[in-house]
Amino acid sequence: MTDRPDHRAAVARRLKQRHAAERRFRLYGLLAIGIAVAFLALLLGRIIEQGHSAFVTHSITLAVPVDASRVDPAYPQGANYDQMAAEALMARLGVDASDPINGRAARDLLSPDMGFQILAQVREDPALIGQTLTIDAPVGDDADLYFKGEISPDTPQDQRSLTDQQIAWLDRLQADGVVESHFNTGLFTRSDSTQPETAGLLGAIVGSALMLMVTALLSIPIGVLAAVYLEEFAPKNRLTEIIEVNINNLAAVPSIVYGLLGLAVFIGWMGLPRSSPLVGGTVLSLMAMPTVIIATRAALKAVPPSIRDAALALGASRTQTVFSHVLPLAMPGIMTGSIISMAHALGETAPLLMIGMVSFVPGVPEGILAASSALPTQIFIWENAAEAAFHERTAAAILVLLVFMIVMNAVAIVLRRRLERRW
Amino acid sequence: MLGFVLILLAAFSAATFLFARRRVVSAVATTGERPHSRPHYHGAHGAIWAAVPALIVLALLAVAGPRIVTAVTWADLPDAAPVVEPYRSQFQLDAESVARGAAPSGVGYSAEQRQALDAHAERIQGLNSLLRIGGLIAVFVAGAMGGLYAWARARPAFRARNAVERWVAVVLFACSAVAVLTTLGIVLSLVWESLRFFQTVPLLDFLTGTHWSPQIAIRADQVGSTGGFGAVPLFVGTFLIMGIAMATAAPIGLMAAIYLAEYATSAQRAWIKPLLEVLAGIPTVVYGFFAALTVGPAFRAFFNRIGEMLVGGPFNDLGLYLMGVQNQMALVAGLVMGIMLIPFVSSLSDDIINAVPQSLRDGSYAMGATQSETIKRVVLPAALPGVAGAMLLAVSRAIGETMIVTMAAGLQARITANPLDSVTTVTVQIVTLLTGDQEFDSAKTLSAFGLGLTLFVVTLILNIVALRIVQHYREQYD
Repeated sequence: MTDRPDHRAAVARRLKQRHAAERRFRLYGLLAIGIAVAFLALLLGRIIEQGHSAFVTHSITLAVPVDASRVDPAYPQGANYDQMAAEALMARLGVDASDPINGRAARDLLSPDMGFQILAQVREDPALIGQTLTIDAPVGDDADLYFKGEISPDTPQDQRSLTDQQIAWLDRLQADGVVESHFNTGLFTRSDSTQPETAGLLGAIVGSALMLMVTALLSIPIGVLAAVYLEEFAPKNRLTEIIEVNINNLAAVPSIVYGLLGLAVFIGWMGLPRSSPLVGGTVLSLMAMPTVIIATRAALKAVPPSIRDAALALGASRTQTVFSHVLPLAMPGIMTGSIISMAHALGETAPLLMIGMVSFVPGVPEGILAASSALPTQIFIWENAAEAAFHERTAAAILVLLVFMIVMNAVAIVLRRRLERRW
Repeated sequence: MLGFVLILLAAFSAATFLFARRRVVSAVATTGERPHSRPHYHGAHGAIWAAVPALIVLALLAVAGPRIVTAVTWADLPDAAPVVEPYRSQFQLDAESVARGAAPSGVGYSAEQRQALDAHAERIQGLNSLLRIGGLIAVFVAGAMGGLYAWARARPAFRARNAVERWVAVVLFACSAVAVLTTLGIVLSLVWESLRFFQTVPLLDFLTGTHWSPQIAIRADQVGSTGGFGAVPLFVGTFLIMGIAMATAAPIGLMAAIYLAEYATSAQRAWIKPLLEVLAGIPTVVYGFFAALTVGPAFRAFFNRIGEMLVGGPFNDLGLYLMGVQNQMALVAGLVMGIMLIPFVSSLSDDIINAVPQSLRDGSYAMGATQSETIKRVVLPAALPGVAGAMLLAVSRAIGETMIVTMAAGLQARITANPLDSVTTVTVQIVTLLTGDQEFDSAKTLSAFGLGLTLFVVTLILNIVALRIVQHYREQYD
């Protein structure tokens, strides 16, 4: 070998460059994954940070004298119980109750729920008029934010929603021990409300459950049977080819288009009730069907042909082969795919906006024909609300939604692990 | 009422199952004839014939019944009924409500009209109950005839299994036809409503107009009563946001896929893939919330701060502009949408890169190429068509994405390429046009269907092309 030394050095230098390029390229790959994972952590961390405080709430226990001269026993709902509660609060604090500014400030610290509770008790038992009731009710939304430390007394008074005087009152109430912090059960036992402190998710959860029930009842049987037909029975001809291309394309149609379909066909032409879980569930089932079909076909494909051959050889008809042998063996895969597509349907929002599930629904939906909201649309509604206290509830609603989705996906994964068969 | 009939029908169907089955079993026991099908097939055949004709009659009645009653009674409204529309229609509707036992609307009727209304309601009620009794008889006749037919055929020689399997095949085919019906429903509903829209706004104006303000005045003398339906600003906004999203998702998703397919150990894959799947499974409304309340304010604060620093310097105007930047900007929506698309791009590209045969890589290594050189010069060129298809699918997803842009992009329809401006997209406009209460027939609501049709056509073309490419490419190396 007669390699000249400078040639060798050039090769070595180039090799070094090439290896450096190799390391750089690898780093880019890691960086890309790092960005994605970091974003995931940021997203979840931020939502937990914003939402965790909504799971705690503060309530106040107040002895409210129900002034008999201001309540008409024949028409108890005509009295201003909020004012009575505010007066009781001011009496407790030793503030001049005749000053209307004080009265307003005190009323703002209490939730209207207090007045509703007094009214409910008085209606139940008119003998309570004139007596003193002990009421335990949430504090107002701003007071709640203050107790959670989200409104700081250090910010200038004109930039926060509580006055210095109100903050002083709240401090005294807390020192007296009438304010209690506890787990926010109202988040799960109440429905949407215009007041953040009494707004809960029950109506949305029930609405989502009803909708998902409709979706599952429609999309899983129809999707599975369609997949069985395409995979096991369909002759190879133009018609079945069109169906197949169709299904692949349907899976990629933007979700909002399904919403337009629901609005035009189910609400416009068929006259089904707007905002109802029936319409929402039907639209979602049309969206979920392609994914159910695709998952079922994959599960059917995974069943080895020898099973079919064995059944056919024993004299079973094709229908018998499929329904007694192939389908039971494909069941774990079908169930996993169906649950995952249901979890996906649970988080879908855009088509529900089209069919009017963004209206304010204060109660729990009574059935699949009643107006209802759903978890994702509730998130959308609360995100648009002006009150700061709704923002933490939006994040909390997201956490609840994510927990439901995680549970469904976990069930799917456990099922797959438990029942999966390798051939 | 309907529920009661259905329960009765189910019971009748179950009874036919038992009778048909028993008939075959006893026939076999007495004659010793060998049956073609097993007894439960005869039972199932009976059950099907008992239920299906009755159900068809029931469905026809449920759909057509109320319409028949309306048509018949509408034809001879009492003389006292209001003559002018819409009061005439309202009179009919009120009479139908009264017939149902519900309260009529708040329209004030004279005493004479009120009397006529009650009489008319009574007539409707009479027709309703006539139809109900007649329908009930028809349902039971249909059920009985079907059941009798199946019962008569329940003999050992009858090929019940084949008959049942034909029914099964029909049901299976009907299920897969639902997919086609869905597409048909989408196309028909979009085209139908869009046609009505294009009757008021010419198609060309819609596709090439540059002024979008869908507020149509209710009275002719209102200011700005013309309303603008030029969709170009929406297309520009959509493409701007899509461009930003793809500029984020394409490099990151592709590099992540390359790392996963070529570098990652199986232990790393076992961790990274589920994490990316979680990212893919997060609902878009959550991304929207994050964009609107975290990314948007953060970017605004960042640009405003830069603006403050620039003001008074050589870039004074730029500084002033940056100081006025709002939360809702194309950049925020595009960036968050790009992050959402990363797992989509990476999992599709991962599949495609894995489909490149190992022999190509081995050949390259044998020539002395490093791994990254192999990827850049051999694997990626071989995978390019497939990757392009994956990118097209991502583009179609970005165009059709709704929640992120609705919550983070804004409503100003303007033609701009500035990512810091607030823009609006096709999907945002569909949402704003169709949420809230408005009548179903105005050009404003119908324009949403025009936009939806445009969106559907564009994404459909993208999907068909992309799916062709991806599938063709997957087969190439199989």
